[in-house]
Amino acid sequence: MLDRSEIGQRATEDTARGEEAPPVRARGLVKRYKEVLAVDHIDLNVRAGDVYGFLGPNGAGKTTTLRMTLGLIMPTEGTVELFGRDPIRLGARALEGVAGFVEAPRFYPYLSARKNLELLAALDGGGARERIAEVLQIVELAPRAKHKVGGYSHGMRQRLGIAAALLRRPRLLILDEPATGLDPAGMRDMRELIRRLADEGITVLLSSHQLPEVQELCDRVAIVDRGRVVYEGALADLRRQGGAGYRLRSTDDTRALAVLRAQPGIEHAASGEHGLGFQAQESDVGALSLALARAEIGILALTPELATLEDLFFRLTENGAQPETPIGAGATA
Amino acid sequence: MSSAAATPPLAPPVTGTPGVAHGRRPSTLMAYRWELRKLVSQKRTYMGLGLAVILPLIFVIVQNVHQHHGGGGDSIFAAQITQSGLATPVLMLLFESVFFLPLIASLVAGDIVAAEDGNGTLKTILTRSVNRGQVFAAKTLAALTYGAIAVFLSALVATVGGVASWGFDPIKTFSGSIVSAPEGLLLVFAANACYMIPLLTVACIGVLLSTATRNSTASVVGAVGFVILLFIVSGIPGLEGIKPYLLTEQFENWHGLLRTPTDWAPIWHSAWVCALYAIPSLFAAYLVFLRRDVAGG
Repeated sequence: MLDRSEIGQRATEDTARGEEAPPVRARGLVKRYKEVLAVDHIDLNVRAGDVYGFLGPNGAGKTTTLRMTLGLIMPTEGTVELFGRDPIRLGARALEGVAGFVEAPRFYPYLSARKNLELLAALDGGGARERIAEVLQIVELAPRAKHKVGGYSHGMRQRLGIAAALLRRPRLLILDEPATGLDPAGMRDMRELIRRLADEGITVLLSSHQLPEVQELCDRVAIVDRGRVVYEGALADLRRQGGAGYRLRSTDDTRALAVLRAQPGIEHAASGEHGLGFQAQESDVGALSLALARAEIGILALTPELATLEDLFFRLTENGAQPETPIGAGATA
Repeated sequence: MSSAAATPPLAPPVTGTPGVAHGRRPSTLMAYRWELRKLVSQKRTYMGLGLAVILPLIFVIVQNVHQHHGGGGDSIFAAQITQSGLATPVLMLLFESVFFLPLIASLVAGDIVAAEDGNGTLKTILTRSVNRGQVFAAKTLAALTYGAIAVFLSALVATVGGVASWGFDPIKTFSGSIVSAPEGLLLVFAANACYMIPLLTVACIGVLLSTATRNSTASVVGAVGFVILLFIVSGIPGLEGIKPYLLTEQFENWHGLLRTPTDWAPIWHSAWVCALYAIPSLFAAYLVFLRRDVAGG
């Protein structure tokens, strides 16, 4: 088994040599339903080995984008390619090596789970059928495999959706809200499975409302709002853009606030319920501590606070702007 | 879900260009077989087939109870119902061909695409390794197969019931000439085969409606409504000129087989008239299916 860095490096080298197109490349995707612009010139760049988070509020255009990516709906404008192949033009041929589901996975309720997978394996061709027992085992549905899917809970159908995707031995897995409807243990198991798949070199495009899940699993993200991408890039970069916030508790917060406001490099200082919040570069925090000492103000606690994905997500989608507001000030003001 | 250590790798090798995931691509025949298996697994399928079986059974039972001795009917076959068991399947075809068999064929044809759209399973099968053309072909063939089976079952039950009740005897044709029992049996099934031409055309229209409307009920009602509309049109005075080209007129194409000598003209006529209905319907349905947005589910 290869580790993620090797895969990423190999993918980068392949791309550099022009040997392999990226798993997903969308350019200027537009979908218009009469008066409604559901997707407005979306670009996506999912690279080999990525666990790529696709985030946005309800109605932002995520599912429509994923449907276009899988060739289920026609873009009004723009193109999408999976490993360099256009699913609209090439149909099923473009989906080789690609699996997943959009919205809730759907199955034939009058067939058992095993029969559903047999059907899908037949539509995949080749040796997919031989993997049925294995994938049922992975999602822990083997004991219920003979039961009709009509009697399955939502969570069981989600797991069956994963099993159906794994039948195809995908190199790109597209999952739309895979943890929806799962209990906490099921969500944990789903996260572990996704991490395992990623570790084995499968590129994952994960649409999710579970921001902690995305923060834990994803290395790159695209955040969409009102049909447009408001951020695409490394999650770490996004968090850096969010700024490093600090929280300070001192022996005299009133005077400390005055020192903060007078200190060069300290921004957005504000008083809050749990002390003082401010925004600063790490190098300026050292000077601040000396300034507080000179003012004979004791430091009880000085803790860095990185912006969470949730903070950044709401900032991007509710303000409709790039992250500017410092996290420390936002938390305490 | 089970731990990583307990199971083998899930992913294919990461190097190389992704190609066909498992080597051999799935065939349309495979997709067709699964369409039939889906039909076999649904209760609704048996409603239509049950109707195709029950109607001739009821007919045979009622005729047995009344001890009909012939002569009271308004057709040559009604008159000889107790003289030859082979009159029963002919009478049933006369009766069912107008409404019941088109209804049964429409039940599945109108549902075959729309139901999957409504249930969201269309997206499930369209994200596998079969292309849309294959899925469409498989679904259309399955709908046509169902219509053909309904006709065959009805003929079989009527023939068995008729022969069991009144014997396997020679039968008089529309022309008044008598044919032997074996020849009569052959003609009965040939007549049903001829009737399949217009019936499967109704199924093609059902497939078009199912694809275009995405609504099972609307498609079934639409296909049956179309047949009723053509019957009404055929009865409007002054429109006699178009009557030979109405689909409903082709429901009687098989009468030519039960004449002496055999009159092939209505059969050939119905073949090309039905093609004028069926081919554009299927072509339009195919184009809609290829280009449609699969947004349900």
